[in-house]
Amino acid sequence: MCWVSPTGKGIRIPMKVLVPVKRVIDYNVKVRVKSDQSGVDLANVKMSMNPFDEIAVEEAIRLKEKGKVTEIVAVSVGPQAAQETIRTSLAMGADRGILVKVDGEVEPLAVAKLLKAICDEEQPGLVILGKQAIDDDCNQTGQMLAALLGWPQGTFAHKLEINENAAVVEREIDGGLQTVEIKLPAIVTTDLRLNEPRYASLPNIMKAKKKPIVEKSPADYGVDVAARLKVLKVTEPPRRHAGAKVKTAAELVDKLKNEAGVI
Amino acid sequence: MASLVIAEHDNKVLKDATGKTVGAAALLGGPVHVLVAGQDCKAVAESAAQLGGVEKVLLADSPAYAKMLAEPMEQLIVGLAAQYDAVLAPATTNGKNYMPRVAAKLDVPQISEILGVEGPDVFRRPIYAGNAIQTVQAAAGKKVITVRATAFKAPEGAGSATVENVTAPADGGISKFVGEELSRSERPELTSARVIISGGRGMQSGENFHLLEKIADKLHAAVGASRAAVDAGFVPNDYQVGQTGKIVAPELYIAVGISGAIQHLAGMKDSKVIAAINKDEEAPIFQVADYGLVGDLFKILPEMEQELTKLGY
Repeated sequence: MCWVSPTGKGIRIPMKVLVPVKRVIDYNVKVRVKSDQSGVDLANVKMSMNPFDEIAVEEAIRLKEKGKVTEIVAVSVGPQAAQETIRTSLAMGADRGILVKVDGEVEPLAVAKLLKAICDEEQPGLVILGKQAIDDDCNQTGQMLAALLGWPQGTFAHKLEINENAAVVEREIDGGLQTVEIKLPAIVTTDLRLNEPRYASLPNIMKAKKKPIVEKSPADYGVDVAARLKVLKVTEPPRRHAGAKVKTAAELVDKLKNEAGVI
Repeated sequence: MASLVIAEHDNKVLKDATGKTVGAAALLGGPVHVLVAGQDCKAVAESAAQLGGVEKVLLADSPAYAKMLAEPMEQLIVGLAAQYDAVLAPATTNGKNYMPRVAAKLDVPQISEILGVEGPDVFRRPIYAGNAIQTVQAAAGKKVITVRATAFKAPEGAGSATVENVTAPADGGISKFVGEELSRSERPELTSARVIISGGRGMQSGENFHLLEKIADKLHAAVGASRAAVDAGFVPNDYQVGQTGKIVAPELYIAVGISGAIQHLAGMKDSKVIAAINKDEEAPIFQVADYGLVGDLFKILPEMEQELTKLGY
């Protein structure tokens, strides 16, 4: 049970957590750009949960193990196959799932609007998201959701602690680490070193098959998911070529100084 | 067609990324204004006024912006956005933090980390860790853009923009700065250094990074690291060069004991010259290196230092 005070100012701990998860190309797969420049080739390639989202699921489970969280709801916006991604989170330890079925790419703003509608219904105390998806590399959804809800955010989290009514988030920033305190309900996005996600055990994979997943459509939430940006083309990045091998440190210094002129 | 660029600074010094973002904004065609939001940061606003191509500097000086927290930054920028067709920020951890909030509040998509401006509404940006480049066209309406600063040049010449104070909206008080641990270094910053020397797992320990530091001191270089070296605890997170760390494009990048994982290459392959030192001649880093040296880095680095000393560095 999650409880929001009548003034809307407090969240009672333990609370409900929402974890959005995205189905993306597996991070080990070498990406190939299609020859017609319409996108990258996703036919017959391995798909997995976005690695930053796995970290988000893991963090939610650890909070539940510490008694800060009552229930973990995994949400995915994507095709029918994204159900597998939700199943993976359920096998790790999430309690139930919501699949908002959409074919094709959905821009972060539309995903944030869907998540806002789900937050309005579910009233979580915390939403933990991956800081970015490794396909579109946008790094937007968490921050957009925070703005739409009017909630504070702790992005690029390196460490997370839940206190009375607030989350204390240590964040990875350009100059080092920064700690912020944000009032609950709040948004947290995960960085690489927040935790190391667990593997699901076989018994838990079996158990996950019995956990409920509700299927929804964007229309159920009254959200228009039409693309607002038009992708004109997708191309290969400029290639670098291997240069020459040198034999000694002295030769390297000489080349850098006299041939390349960079030192 | 006026654009607003949000300045990156630490309340004392204006960061290079700001000028480069002004360079990107100038390609949109209209006048460029710069917003300096911070605390006691008048000197930063004065530096911004001297950037070439800047017509006006807006200064929002308030304790609420001391650490550029996303929530007050969103309120401030959204309030100013009505007068602009485009709002741009460098894709630093600050820009990445507050800009999507601005976009959501304005109900427009954000175009993240642009590498190129093809027209007033057409942009190139990296996807899949830089393994593909997407060209996108924005719909009508305001554009909210973050800029990969290393892909742009600051406009040439000096400006003499006017500085105008803007009043800060009341802070909602939902977020609070608690503290920070910043790496202190006399060396240049990774994102603006002319030369970078980075270490990977091959360095074997944090102490061994002093071998890189000695060379860095001679070349006035910044010191970076691969994700493997950061994950192993050799150096702090802010050393990390790569897709999820810092994106760099120096004149010279020296990769030492770095195998060259895709996500590291994504952060440094736009460097002008790449040199690699690795004991494994099959390491993928050699496929992108202009100069490769196969061998033991613990032998090569001291030799390199001596050689530089001999040449008067």
